Amino acid sequence: MSKDIRIKRGLNLRLKGAAEKVTANAPRSRTFNIRPVDFHLTTPKMVVKEGAKLKAGDEVFYSKDQQDIRFLSPVSGTLTEVKRGAKRVITDVIIEAESEDSYRDFGVLETSKMTPETVKARLLEGGCWPFIKQRPYDVIANPEVMPSAIYISGFNTAPLAADYDFVLQGQEAALQAALDGLAMLTTGRVHVSVPKNDASPFKNLNGIELHSISGPHPAGNVGTLIGKVGPVNKGEVVWTIGAQDLVIIGNLFLSGHYKADRTIALAGSSVKAPKYYKTKLGAEVSTFVYDSGLNEENVRVISGDVLSGRSVSPKGHLGHYNTVVSIIPEGNDYEFFGWNKPIFNKISATRNMTFSWMQPKKEFELNTNTNGEHRAFVLTGMYEKVFPLDIFPMQILKACMVKDLDAMEQLGMYEVAPEDFALTEFVCVSKQPHQKIIREGLDIMYKEIG
Amino acid sequence: MGLKQKLHTLKEKYKGKKMAPAFNALHTFLYLPNEITHGGTHVKAADDLKRTMNIVIMALVPCLIFGIFNAGYQHYAAIDAAKGILTEPSLFGNFFTWDNFTLGAWQVLPLVAVSYGVGLAVEFLFAVIKGHEVEEGYLVTGMLVPLIVPVDIPLWMLAVAVVFGVVIGKEVFGGTGMNILNPALTIRAFLFFAYPTWMSGDKVWVHGAVERAGTADAISGETILGSYAQGQEVVYSLWDMFWGFVPGSVGETSKLLIIVGALILILTKIGSWRIIFSTLIGALVMGLIFNGVVSAGWIDESSKFFGLMDVPFWQHLIIGSILFGAVYMATDPVTASQTNKGKWIYGFLIGFISILIRVFNPAYPEGVFLAILLMNVFAPTIDHYVVQGNVKRRMKRLKVKTA
Repeated sequence: MSKDIRIKRGLNLRLKGAAEKVTANAPRSRTFNIRPVDFHLTTPKMVVKEGAKLKAGDEVFYSKDQQDIRFLSPVSGTLTEVKRGAKRVITDVIIEAESEDSYRDFGVLETSKMTPETVKARLLEGGCWPFIKQRPYDVIANPEVMPSAIYISGFNTAPLAADYDFVLQGQEAALQAALDGLAMLTTGRVHVSVPKNDASPFKNLNGIELHSISGPHPAGNVGTLIGKVGPVNKGEVVWTIGAQDLVIIGNLFLSGHYKADRTIALAGSSVKAPKYYKTKLGAEVSTFVYDSGLNEENVRVISGDVLSGRSVSPKGHLGHYNTVVSIIPEGNDYEFFGWNKPIFNKISATRNMTFSWMQPKKEFELNTNTNGEHRAFVLTGMYEKVFPLDIFPMQILKACMVKDLDAMEQLGMYEVAPEDFALTEFVCVSKQPHQKIIREGLDIMYKEIG
Repeated sequence: MGLKQKLHTLKEKYKGKKMAPAFNALHTFLYLPNEITHGGTHVKAADDLKRTMNIVIMALVPCLIFGIFNAGYQHYAAIDAAKGILTEPSLFGNFFTWDNFTLGAWQVLPLVAVSYGVGLAVEFLFAVIKGHEVEEGYLVTGMLVPLIVPVDIPLWMLAVAVVFGVVIGKEVFGGTGMNILNPALTIRAFLFFAYPTWMSGDKVWVHGAVERAGTADAISGETILGSYAQGQEVVYSLWDMFWGFVPGSVGETSKLLIIVGALILILTKIGSWRIIFSTLIGALVMGLIFNGVVSAGWIDESSKFFGLMDVPFWQHLIIGSILFGAVYMATDPVTASQTNKGKWIYGFLIGFISILIRVFNPAYPEGVFLAILLMNVFAPTIDHYVVQGNVKRRMKRLKVKTA
């Protein structure tokens, strides 16, 4: 059964350098990593020491607070380095890969034999639990809590995002297996959003509730789907899972192996030949970046999209949840009278002598300049225009800044994740870090209310 | 790029020092800074607060230029009127003349200079003391202030008021974005209550009227509202009022140019059209009510309120400064309501109360600035109830779920 949802408030950022629909195999990466910072609020506890030999699927560390949640090696190789930061916090785990993977075998889990217990146990031991995130708080789901629904966004509207229809082609079997398994873990339904008038691979799958969403970004954010279908109430928990992560989960059920394969879109105006690459989670980004080539030297490599991705060094690795690597020029230069001359080459949600609204077809080449300095909140009514949820964005941000837990709760903090505030952050004239403010607000709530 | 490099070296040298905000304020005036995003979104929209404020200033410039000419024109017209010659305004015949301009500029530009000079000095001082960047809010306030004061106001008076307005109206609350009252109106209110003999009455609105008072050359400096309040015949035609060939505060007389400014603000999406329209609606409603009172015969001509109550409701928009207030003052995003629904209520009440004060306060009939200040105070309350609507909806949802 398909339900139509139409959102009006939002903004599509048309950037130059979208990935061409061609898939190449990325050269095998020399090292792989697992970065605890990808798993927000997780304290890793190592199970193996430096120098240990690992198979693909062997446990590397587990979460100190939820000992059942395990993090597995994406490849077979040798654990060479555990990098630590201040207070000996583990910041990075580096695995030097062998040329071929040998997999640890968890055994096939057939759909007919699935029970909630076996599915849960398999997801935990098979290293796929970290793909399941929960709201409230946008952290890895607590295995002890049964969610009232599971939400999956079957498409991505973020700028330069990977086209899921393209990367999920031929993965229907894995998707179906994963959805069958996950459906057992919730009291409610599995909701999947797909774009309207589109041949999404999700349209032929069983046991899910399809919603077709049309409109500008953030139509493809899972937060938008939740907001329209069933906003999270106090005391409720829902799960969200990335569409590509379902493939890894499904393959775990079907083959018994933890196959951390990922097809990513390499995109951005700095990339010479933007296209799709087959690689693995935690692979060095340089393997495909140098294969495709760069147009310029002074660039920023982002694991993720330009709105909520994480910047990595050119020698860095692909993040655990990311499906796109964006490369855009750094903007660390001054611009003469940049604050008052008419602007034709940057995107703006207003018309303050900025003319992006007159060029609806143009693809822009944005850089990382903030285009102005950080200021107090001044303008009002701007955020609401790009924010489709039934929440007052500015008021909730201010509640987070002053750490007013009551107000945060009342204004809908249980419903949101930082990425929902990416667009408001983009259009913010005062250049406030909205996603950071929301993240810190969620962290305080997690600590105080739990 | 010699200059760019030199300034960059200087900026690095002063980084973290006390004077850095002052230097940066000047530096960023020349160059968009080289700041890049850290975490969060990696790209940002093109506009910043400087650009936004700049648009508002550009929307004010036509009013300022008109105000300069009008200051000169009113002066000469009043002198002629005292001699018994009635002047018919004509745009290029006797309005845009060199004489008008020189006299007006000589009067108005010092007001602008004092407003900006004193105000920015206070802003820089606070930025250096508190170690934050100089915020752009005053760029607009500094432009508004000369436009809403009488042309003959002594410069020292203006300077004192600006210091008061910026310090008490804004900085004590934490600077731009934190203030409760509109700083420009705080300055205006300070002038009104601290120097009432200067700011009210029939002399200050035309240059030269005060110093000539009581002499053989005495001229009138009466505004239309003053005439109405005293039940006198209004000598200006409606078109004069619309074009702005009337005495009044420096920049608020030309309704045409204010409408142009309003269009700029609405089209660039800076000013809230909700506030502007609802203010006008509020004013019209109150005007209609008073018209109704008059036609119902509840008061007669002997009442001292009769003059202004009898004004046809739509004419309230072109007399006095309600249009200027609605477009440039009520829309100040910091002190206005911040929710879309709240903006409708806020604007409506401003218009409503403006006309109320206008009619019932014959001593000083321009109520719009008091109305806006009053609603500034109530804006957070309005927002509170609008936001509570959202909160209640959420609570209800929870109850339905758990029930």
